[in-house]
Amino acid sequence: MAVMTFAKAINDALLLAMTLDDGVICYGLGVDDPKGVFGTTLGLQQKFGTDRVFDMPTSENAMTGIGIGAALYGMRAVMTHQRLDFALLSMDQLVNNAAKWRFMFGGQRGVSLTVRMILGRGWGQGPTHSQNLQAWFAHIPGLKVVMPSTAEDAKGLLLSSIFDPDPVIFLEHRWLHNLKGEVTSGDYRIPIGQAKRVREGKDITIVSMSYMTIEAIHAIDYLASKEISCDLIDLRSVRPIDWQAIFSSVHHTGRLLVLDTGNLTGSISGEILARTIEACWGTFVSAPRRLAMPDYPEATSPSLTENYHVRAEHIAQTICSMVGRQVDVTTLRQQRVHPHDVPGEWFSGPF
Amino acid sequence: MTPEIAKQLLFSMRRIRFVELEIARRYGEGKMRCPTHLSVGQEAVSAAVGLALRKDDLAVSGHRAHAHYLGKGGGLRAMLAEIYGKVDGCARGRGGSMHLIDESVGFMGSTAIVAGTIPVGVGLGYGMKCKNTDQVSCVFHGDAVVEAGVFFESLNFAVIKKLPVLFLCENNQYSVYSHLRVRQPKNRSIAKMAEGLGITARAGNGNDVVQVFEMTMDALNGIRAGGGPRFLEFSTYRWLEHCGPNFDNDIGYRSEEEFLEWKKKDPIAYYEAELITQGVVTSEGLQRMDAEIQCEVFEAFDFADASPYPEPESAGFNLYAIEPDVASPPQSLRF
Repeated sequence: MAVMTFAKAINDALLLAMTLDDGVICYGLGVDDPKGVFGTTLGLQQKFGTDRVFDMPTSENAMTGIGIGAALYGMRAVMTHQRLDFALLSMDQLVNNAAKWRFMFGGQRGVSLTVRMILGRGWGQGPTHSQNLQAWFAHIPGLKVVMPSTAEDAKGLLLSSIFDPDPVIFLEHRWLHNLKGEVTSGDYRIPIGQAKRVREGKDITIVSMSYMTIEAIHAIDYLASKEISCDLIDLRSVRPIDWQAIFSSVHHTGRLLVLDTGNLTGSISGEILARTIEACWGTFVSAPRRLAMPDYPEATSPSLTENYHVRAEHIAQTICSMVGRQVDVTTLRQQRVHPHDVPGEWFSGPF
Repeated sequence: MTPEIAKQLLFSMRRIRFVELEIARRYGEGKMRCPTHLSVGQEAVSAAVGLALRKDDLAVSGHRAHAHYLGKGGGLRAMLAEIYGKVDGCARGRGGSMHLIDESVGFMGSTAIVAGTIPVGVGLGYGMKCKNTDQVSCVFHGDAVVEAGVFFESLNFAVIKKLPVLFLCENNQYSVYSHLRVRQPKNRSIAKMAEGLGITARAGNGNDVVQVFEMTMDALNGIRAGGGPRFLEFSTYRWLEHCGPNFDNDIGYRSEEEFLEWKKKDPIAYYEAELITQGVVTSEGLQRMDAEIQCEVFEAFDFADASPYPEPESAGFNLYAIEPDVASPPQSLRF
């Protein structure tokens, strides 16, 4: 065990994977630059050479296909996008090739490709540097999609992703990169598709993903002092989804609130509500709800993002209305000392 | 050009044509229930490149892939069973005519999105470079591919990394019903354009099987010597409609005269006459060749027809290597 940041845990996983298997290649815009993709790829090229760790032309679609081809040849490709938004240029290769190859050739060969995409937020990232499109990828049969919230999960899920015989979209939230936590040393893998119960409680089930788990923890710990007890399930994987974990919690609490980092319409939160209602209809004691980004893009000006994101106080208020309690959330809001558009003092831009 | 190679080239072209015409002849039976793009008229490129490539070289292709697959040595029975949607198909009935694969001969897959396999072929070449082999990755493609962004991206990377990739462009002038003149500037050669991106490129007559073979051998030697990727453009012409079993010179996008002009340049008739003149083959020899081909092809059609359909219950299989338990909804949610 060692305490390290989420970014360092990713670096640790990459280093380990490349040591364990000399077929692992790691590339993307800036992976060998002085900042090493927010520190996540630092030192890799020095250790493993330029054939296995390399910067690339600004050709997202072809470079995804090249990773697919390399994977078909027997390599394990890890591609990195500094923002998810850039990966939209590669949807053809991801959807028509990576996701389909095993299926459309009758199971003969899969594509061991991991695509890291970083999710932006705040500090003026604006409409095209802040999209949380996990629902797009989760909609595609043949892809797996993971969204870790902690350093431990980042390492364990990245190792599982790299050694998975099928393509995995690894979504890492920029606001989590500096989050510290205990990380198991050595080869430590978390199975894709297993959620984690982060808090145990009886009044309501909260299902969250990625950075929303952090906001949820603030809300839940505050409400615990008001004797409202929440069961918090961190999804970790959004395809496949750990339905049993959700259903068994809802059977226990009778209430469900889903938190999503993406826009509301067509979101993962909608899918979770739909399936849970189908499976657990009789157990609900209040209408299930969800909190997500509004159905318009994130703007750049700080004044336009002030009320855009779901924060701990919104979560707490929603929980209170669902359990029929009135709780003053002013102190919860006051706990936050830094401006609304940064995750903490460590972040002062630029991206 | 040895007599042995000459005979193999002729055999391969005749075999491909016989298969394609037989598919066309039987298509109306309704048993081949998928979009099917035939290569009649374009056999020379596939026969020559297929023979020039080593068995351990790899190849990928696009929607019009029957000839590439057969030229590379792909199994005929498995291809026909695939087109019939049968369990013995090369893709177990998942892909049909446009998704052919025979990894045992290095045919790594054809897919149905124009330019979709271009970067995949380059990625295979990247694997070869990392593993330091002397294989070559051959990327079969048509003239419309060079209009796709991913083509430029892929070629650029192959050049930067000096990858062992052969870009093999069959220019048949048409993308569905759209002629080159509405898609690319007049008089701009595809090979010259590729050359502008930094690759060694040449253009040749795609209906001259000897020329295709010799140019391909030369390119492969250059690649294996560490010279980086090569680009070859071969002009040719498809005789039948873009997709389907019929001639379509009457529907107005191209003329009967143009077709007849190209038919005069039939790669098979031309080479056959040449080999007879040279005394490499005799008309009796050709008859034996045809009998052998006919026997194999009819047997393969019988095999495909007799092969069972995949079980309907298997429709969702093979999505992942190991289907995770949590991927499917619980039993209570199944309909």
